Amino acid sequence: MRAAFFGEVHGNSIALESAMRDAQRRGAEAIYCLGDVVGFGPHPDRSVELLRESGVATVQGEHDYAVGNEKPVAGTCYTNPGEERLARLDHDYTLEKISPGHRAWLAALPRRISFEHQGVRYLLVHGSPRRQDEQLWESSTPEDLLELLARDADADVLVCAHTGLHWQTALPSGRVVVNAGALGRPANDGTRRVWYAFLDTEAEEPFSFVPLEYDCERLAAQMRAEKLPSEFAEAILTGFWTTGLDVLPVKERLRGRH
Amino acid sequence: MAILRSPSRVPARTGPVPEGLVQLRMPEVRFRFLDALWIQVTGTRCNIACRHCFSSCGPKADQIPMMSAGQVDEALEEGRSLGMRQVYFTGGEPFLHPDLPRMVRAALRLAPLTIVTNGLLIDDRAVEMILEESRRTRYSLDLRVSLDGTTAEENDRVRGRGTFEKVSETLRRLGRAGLSPLVAVVEHEGIVRAEARERFLQFLRDLGIARPRVQFQSLFRMGREMRRTHGYHDLGVLASAPLLSEVESRLPCATGRAVTSQGVYTCPMLVEHQSARLGDALAKSLHPIRMNWDTCQTCMLDGLHGSN
Ligand code: SF4
Ligand code: SF4
Repeated sequence: MRAAFFGEVHGNSIALESAMRDAQRRGAEAIYCLGDVVGFGPHPDRSVELLRESGVATVQGEHDYAVGNEKPVAGTCYTNPGEERLARLDHDYTLEKISPGHRAWLAALPRRISFEHQGVRYLLVHGSPRRQDEQLWESSTPEDLLELLARDADADVLVCAHTGLHWQTALPSGRVVVNAGALGRPANDGTRRVWYAFLDTEAEEPFSFVPLEYDCERLAAQMRAEKLPSEFAEAILTGFWTTGLDVLPVKERLRGRH
Repeated sequence: MAILRSPSRVPARTGPVPEGLVQLRMPEVRFRFLDALWIQVTGTRCNIACRHCFSSCGPKADQIPMMSAGQVDEALEEGRSLGMRQVYFTGGEPFLHPDLPRMVRAALRLAPLTIVTNGLLIDDRAVEMILEESRRTRYSLDLRVSLDGTTAEENDRVRGRGTFEKVSETLRRLGRAGLSPLVAVVEHEGIVRAEARERFLQFLRDLGIARPRVQFQSLFRMGREMRRTHGYHDLGVLASAPLLSEVESRLPCATGRAVTSQGVYTCPMLVEHQSARLGDALAKSLHPIRMNWDTCQTCMLDGLHGSN
């Protein structure tokens, strides 16, 4: 089986469209989205439409929950007054722009998707199996905790997103945890590429991460036209995160510029 | 950061709330997950004695003895089996512990570690140790360094004369090594987080820290701080307000426990209070508690604030 896993679309419908084409070209039989379809990016309806039209099975992220239910975003990664202001602006923008039908779709998304393939149980969540907004970073999540989370959720393969950085680990028990990264913004590595996870159960290394070039100039232009915070467009164009940095564990933080 | 004084020396107004108020039934905090395991490795032993220390730590403070490396191993092992996410080494001052490098390595085999420190003892050798241990592990090794001002005048008023220069030197040293400690600022008079954030970030950049990190913390009016600001006044506020679940989930006692050489406690702020002791075993301490202490008010306010 071949499948693609998209994390953190965050309104980047341009990258989403490219990724869907890319995954199909690679022979993906299924595409899954790990949530946070909206928030951060422009024109939230466009990403929702793409996913709905193609019937992509989608897990709910905390932004989807908040927009879907017209609530404030919980567990935000914006942790100081300046960033909170940006987050509020952005959330208000998304609430204003989203159409009622799409809002209802976001509200109704499941918190987890599971399936079994060749006796392997896969579980897809946004943050972690126990918390929609739990951050599973590579350098700050103990292996023993991952074992507990996967075991308690009856998963052999746990796929999550939420943090924006992709990584995977094989646990001593044989279980696998994959963070699919983000399509919505680059990986804080100084390049404009965004990433998604690809599964090929016949390959020696079943999970790999696919870097994706897309028309980020067009995204930045849309952000400007929609008067979204200039910090967001800067991150898209420089490849370095400009906001939400306080929640990065120090190892990941020291790899970025800011 | 900080810890204990023996119960008999606790000023009358800290500790469990006075009798009549207990009848108000303080809100209950459910235990969620073991996100934080606070290990008070050096007990109350510290190389300085800050005015706002929430447990009156100091050079001669031995109310809570140091932990042995074996005791730390036991706490780590227990935490591991209970799904801890993040380990914190606190004191007193952790860099006073002779076995710190060994304990750091033991923690980093299992989980990410933050050492909560005043930064004064971090010399070139300590920086080497930090770099070496960071290289050896997939987990983050972080430092949380206390600083209470961007000038000697502002900082030393609280942390003692000469400390500003020494901490600045440590920060320069860490910056040269490419490291970035989280600088923890306690809000005292003159420091208001919204205004001070950019000032502290710029100060750190000027010291050569390329990716400055700063976190503001509320002042806990207990320990030595009690004598300065006379503790808390309006205990009834806490009992009368309903505990919002967003606030509840942000309380340290909902997502962590503190271990000292004397047992397991609700949180690092209350390790000096026998009434906050939850026994010897971490596994048996993960149950709901009531916000029975006047310091809980600060947590409540922090939870309402919710940001740095
Ligand atoms: S550095 Fe200051 S606040 Fe921290 S433990 Fe020592 S005396 Fe207390
Ligand atoms: S001081 Fe704070 S963390 Fe400690 S028991 Fe009270 S509310 Fe909980």
